[in-house]
Amino acid sequence: MTTQATKLAVPGPLLALGNILRFLMKSPTSAFGLLVISVLIVVAVFAPWIAPYEPYAQDLNNTLAAPGGAHVFGTDELGRDIFSRLVYGTRITLTIIFLVSIVVGPIGLFVGTTAGYLGGKYDTVMMRITDIFLSFPSLILSLAFVAALGPSLNNAIIAIALTSWPPIARLARAETLTFRSADYVAAARLQGASTSRIIIKSIVPMCLPSVLIRLTLNMATVILTAAGLGFLGLGAQPPVPEWGAMIAMGRRYMIDSWWLVTFPGFAILLVGLAFNLLGDGLRDALDPKQMNRR
Amino acid sequence: MSKNSKTAGWGSALAVSPAKKIRRPFNWRSLMSQLFTVAVTLFGLLVLTFVIGRMMPSDPVRAIVGEDATRETYEMVFRQLGLDRPLWEQFFIYLRDVLTGNFGVSIRTGQPVITDILHVLPATIELATFAILIGATLGVSLGVLAAVNKDRWPDHVIRVFSLMGHSMPIFWTGMIGLLVFYAALGWVGGSGRMADFYIGLVDERTGFLLIDSALAQDWEVFRSALNHLILPASILGYSSSAYITRMTRSFMLDQINQEYITTARVKGLSRRQTIWRHAFLNIRVQLVTIVALAYGSLLEGAVLIETVFAWPGFGQYLTNNMLIGDMNAVMTCVLIVGVIFITLNLISDMLYRIFDPRTR
Repeated sequence: MTTQATKLAVPGPLLALGNILRFLMKSPTSAFGLLVISVLIVVAVFAPWIAPYEPYAQDLNNTLAAPGGAHVFGTDELGRDIFSRLVYGTRITLTIIFLVSIVVGPIGLFVGTTAGYLGGKYDTVMMRITDIFLSFPSLILSLAFVAALGPSLNNAIIAIALTSWPPIARLARAETLTFRSADYVAAARLQGASTSRIIIKSIVPMCLPSVLIRLTLNMATVILTAAGLGFLGLGAQPPVPEWGAMIAMGRRYMIDSWWLVTFPGFAILLVGLAFNLLGDGLRDALDPKQMNRR
Repeated sequence: MSKNSKTAGWGSALAVSPAKKIRRPFNWRSLMSQLFTVAVTLFGLLVLTFVIGRMMPSDPVRAIVGEDATRETYEMVFRQLGLDRPLWEQFFIYLRDVLTGNFGVSIRTGQPVITDILHVLPATIELATFAILIGATLGVSLGVLAAVNKDRWPDHVIRVFSLMGHSMPIFWTGMIGLLVFYAALGWVGGSGRMADFYIGLVDERTGFLLIDSALAQDWEVFRSALNHLILPASILGYSSSAYITRMTRSFMLDQINQEYITTARVKGLSRRQTIWRHAFLNIRVQLVTIVALAYGSLLEGAVLIETVFAWPGFGQYLTNNMLIGDMNAVMTCVLIVGVIFITLNLISDMLYRIFDPRTR
């Protein structure tokens, strides 16, 4: 009896999460992705304890020092420790990912579920708008938004969010269409539930898992776009230790001091790869049929 | 193989009817509805660029007249730009301008924006075309290889290799490439489209340097151009091959799991023949559409890679104007990218319609 009681106490979503985790750990590539992301989060949380120096602390007597010795990854043109800057950069990367996801998820869910459930003209109009956004490469559209808003990290986040909701909306709509005529939705309707109640209580929870996977997959793209904007001088502004901006600054000294661009680039590559591998694994774990969706 | 026959049920066996060639007329109606969709999307694109153009916090009049202009001059320009009219009227003026090919004048060069863009576009097209050739060759062959070796080590290696290409910040790969292959090894040319002392030697006829130098039979310039092209094109190609590899793999897997492949094998065809003559031939059309889409997204990478390689193309033009806040030029660039994207989508859809009988 006691075992059954404890089993019942574990909520369903947690069980599912455990299953997914177990599946992911079976594949070495997704396990690697998971590991890197965990490390990323730990580093971001404990940045002040991990970084040996302050990210903004200049040491003009020790500029462009080669890796090794007191500075593992060397120092930049102002004598700042590159390793410490990379460590603090994880916070910026995670902030970007978090803010973009928290904006994009609800917008995509709202547009997708309402379009799918209401159908008709509203659906047509919403999907047209989605298509228009999808007809741009995301970086170009973000560039345009940032150009209009003015370059800064916040505007870069807004721009990336504005350009990355359409795939989520598409997905949520497709999911909604499959649930719309389900019996349980009909039952809710017959009981007199309002449209908004049906969407919020019956449709959105069903779309949530696939939307969350899609958001994970998006994160690699978000990181690359943010780094690209930073590199072009349209994202985070120096001296903020954003990885893309660090590469842009190091470019001038690249030929003699390779470490200025190499390490931040590796960081972006590693994190991007980790999210891609994890997303890949999640796709396999939850829905092998979705492999080809954009 | 037993697994494969299980996946194809009775339905597919029944669906195979005796070969009857039914020639249906080309579906004009669906084509028209598609063209209508494209028109609506284009209109939306114009609305979007208009809105973004009006969103900017800086004052377009100040950008033209300068800080010390008198109130009269300011108001004259304000009216000239049509900013005193209601927003919807401004939009229709914008619409009319775009439809008549008037995209405004660049603040930096003083030339019509469209002239500037047409001048820089060939450099980007040359780069992107070379890149897609590399990317498609790499992507398709790796994709087939991965599908044939599904779940064995080549599949895993290819998966990580192509995901790497997908996860690399392309501007960084470009810099590392320059460091290694240009600065350290000296195998390829550095930045720009050719070595400095060749600039201006060849008449610009098409704007495509390889074609121009070949036409002029100036093989030294040709070699220099090729030398400078190969590195950025390879890097762009590698990054676009990720998507092509993944799609090729999944298309091939769809085919390999079908019964006709088993039949072909049972009939005594070699593995190689079934793969290339049967399965691969069936995914040609899908591949073309994928490559067309990948070509479009190359433009995105081109913006970054052109900055790294000082490639005088569309991407560099876009970023340069963005940094000085020349919105006319920026919005026209964005519009053009959108149009290219929509066109490529349309073309890939049409190819599908024409070559795949199932869509008729």
